[in-house]
Amino acid sequence: MQLFVNIIVLSSIYALIACGYVLIYRVSRVLNLAHGELMMLGSYLLLTTASSFSGHPAAAIAAAVVLSLTVGVLVYVFLMRKMTGEMALAAVLTTVALGILLRGLMVLIWSAQQQYPGQALGFSNPAIALPGGGRISTFAALLVLATALTYAALFFFLRFGRWGVRMRAAGQNPLLAAQRGINLHAVYALAWGLSTLTGSIAGMLISLDSGLTNTMVIIGLKAFPAALVGGLDSLAGALVGALIIGAAEVLSIQYIDPLLSDVVPFLILIAMLVVRPWGLFGTREELDRV
Amino acid sequence: MSDRMPRASGYFRTGYAQEMALTKTRLERASLFVFVVLLLAFPYFASAFYLDLANQVFLAAIGALSLMLLTGYAGQVSLGHAGLLAAGAFTAGILYKEINAPIYLTIPAAAVTGAVLGVIFGLPSLRLRGLYLAVSTLALHFIVVYLGGEYETKRGFSTGITIDAPVIAGFRLYGGKIWYFILLTFAAGTLLICVNLLRSRTGRAWRAIHSHETVAEALGISIAGYKLLAFVISSAMAAVAGALFAYYRSFVSVEAFSLFLSIQYVAMIIIGGMGSLLGALLGAVFVTLFPYLIEAALMKLPNAQSYAGLLFAVNYAAFGVVMILFLVFEPQGLVGIWRRIQTYFLLWPFKHKPVAGARK
Repeated sequence: MQLFVNIIVLSSIYALIACGYVLIYRVSRVLNLAHGELMMLGSYLLLTTASSFSGHPAAAIAAAVVLSLTVGVLVYVFLMRKMTGEMALAAVLTTVALGILLRGLMVLIWSAQQQYPGQALGFSNPAIALPGGGRISTFAALLVLATALTYAALFFFLRFGRWGVRMRAAGQNPLLAAQRGINLHAVYALAWGLSTLTGSIAGMLISLDSGLTNTMVIIGLKAFPAALVGGLDSLAGALVGALIIGAAEVLSIQYIDPLLSDVVPFLILIAMLVVRPWGLFGTREELDRV
Repeated sequence: MSDRMPRASGYFRTGYAQEMALTKTRLERASLFVFVVLLLAFPYFASAFYLDLANQVFLAAIGALSLMLLTGYAGQVSLGHAGLLAAGAFTAGILYKEINAPIYLTIPAAAVTGAVLGVIFGLPSLRLRGLYLAVSTLALHFIVVYLGGEYETKRGFSTGITIDAPVIAGFRLYGGKIWYFILLTFAAGTLLICVNLLRSRTGRAWRAIHSHETVAEALGISIAGYKLLAFVISSAMAAVAGALFAYYRSFVSVEAFSLFLSIQYVAMIIIGGMGSLLGALLGAVFVTLFPYLIEAALMKLPNAQSYAGLLFAVNYAAFGVVMILFLVFEPQGLVGIWRRIQTYFLLWPFKHKPVAGARK
């Protein structure tokens, strides 16, 4: 039972992070390798707002969420906008460079020590006993809930929302979308904002659950195989991919070798690239576009 | 021969042999000679610190040249270059520890390991392109580094493998000056191999694949063969660089081969300038010396000692900024700047190149 709970928690972490990769890739065909850093930035923002809004945890969280959305939009406006229309690879390398820059800046601003935003907000993190003998910490449970809510919201937004339809249109055919009067830059900026937002929510909940160090970047990077296994342009795929990666990782820690846990996602990634490079639910012609 | 060589003012090539020649003008030949003399004289004037810097540049240059062959010429992106360096370093380290193999066996062994890994890294390229290929090499990097770490923990070298200075025929290879000449030889050899590959059939095939795979295949180029060849050659060179690194530092540990190192190598060829061997060398110099420049600049500030702990973070941030600046504002890299200066002086007092320029 505990094993099952662990799989669900880890999978929802990966799913929540992976939807950020998918959002940006689906809309603008850019792979954002700075997603792990942006996600960590979100949890550091929470740390800062927690100390400036001390005593009002709700206000602190709301402020951090708004700030992370702003950060995502700003990244697009000031950096990635210049890379639209460039080679896909140049854009990817720009995000890599952005990641390195952010990593340096975060250490400069917040130092490299382990920090606990949960304590700063005055939250405790009691374990909840589940029927069947498993235990789950409060914030891990919240994380599973947040993942479910985020995915539901994104599905409805992309299906019925005015901007959601615009985002899908821009992803399908940017030229036609622009000709129909869709402001591509606004759509791309929104995609970056939403992606950073979902990533930051994941980062905040992870840091509330287990503290905040710069190893969080690795979690962000390990969520990328989840996105690719499911298909880089499919949100439903990201959920399934996260479940596969999460289960494989937990089971290999349990039964094979804990050291293996950092590699298993990438082993699955390679297997997937060999068998079905466009992912379980991805579009097949994706491959020829890059 | 020498008196028939043209001066830099004209392009009077009348045969393919002239086009293939390594040095085309008298000025080129003379400046190459001066440069070689300077390189050979350098260790007799430089302090230990500058010798170490030069050695690091040579090591980086081997890696950057090999990555340039793969990415800049054959067009196959690799984000796993540090994995290949790690493979070479660990081959040397493991052979030394397990069977006490001498250096003249471990370095070829590292090259063979690199070549085999090159096939593995290259296989996805037969199916994947661009982004997806980059991702697969990234994943392979993690796997190679994991295997290295696994060896370290299983054999009880959890802090890393130490390697004693190698001995050849009773002569101990130790000290900055000796290693300067060893690494210079290897770097020059790598450069020569690259130049020769690129001006022959193989290099032309790679460039054709880079420009357009379908057309290249229609021209009768074996796409799979030449792609794999690019991976094999590049990986073997990188692995040799890794083995040399292990001997030079007398130490192998997985920590040295992080993802950041892969990114640094990619940064070298971007900052240097894609599709140019000179670019790979310039990029290697720039990226290797950059942290030392930052450190020197930081130490000039008032109460410098209090920043010492933050140095690596400043390095990271500054490195990210420089990489972004090059990607956004100067995608041609340092070579692009160099060529622009060259064109400016060549054309002076005119401003623009003729439409069908003689020089690229």
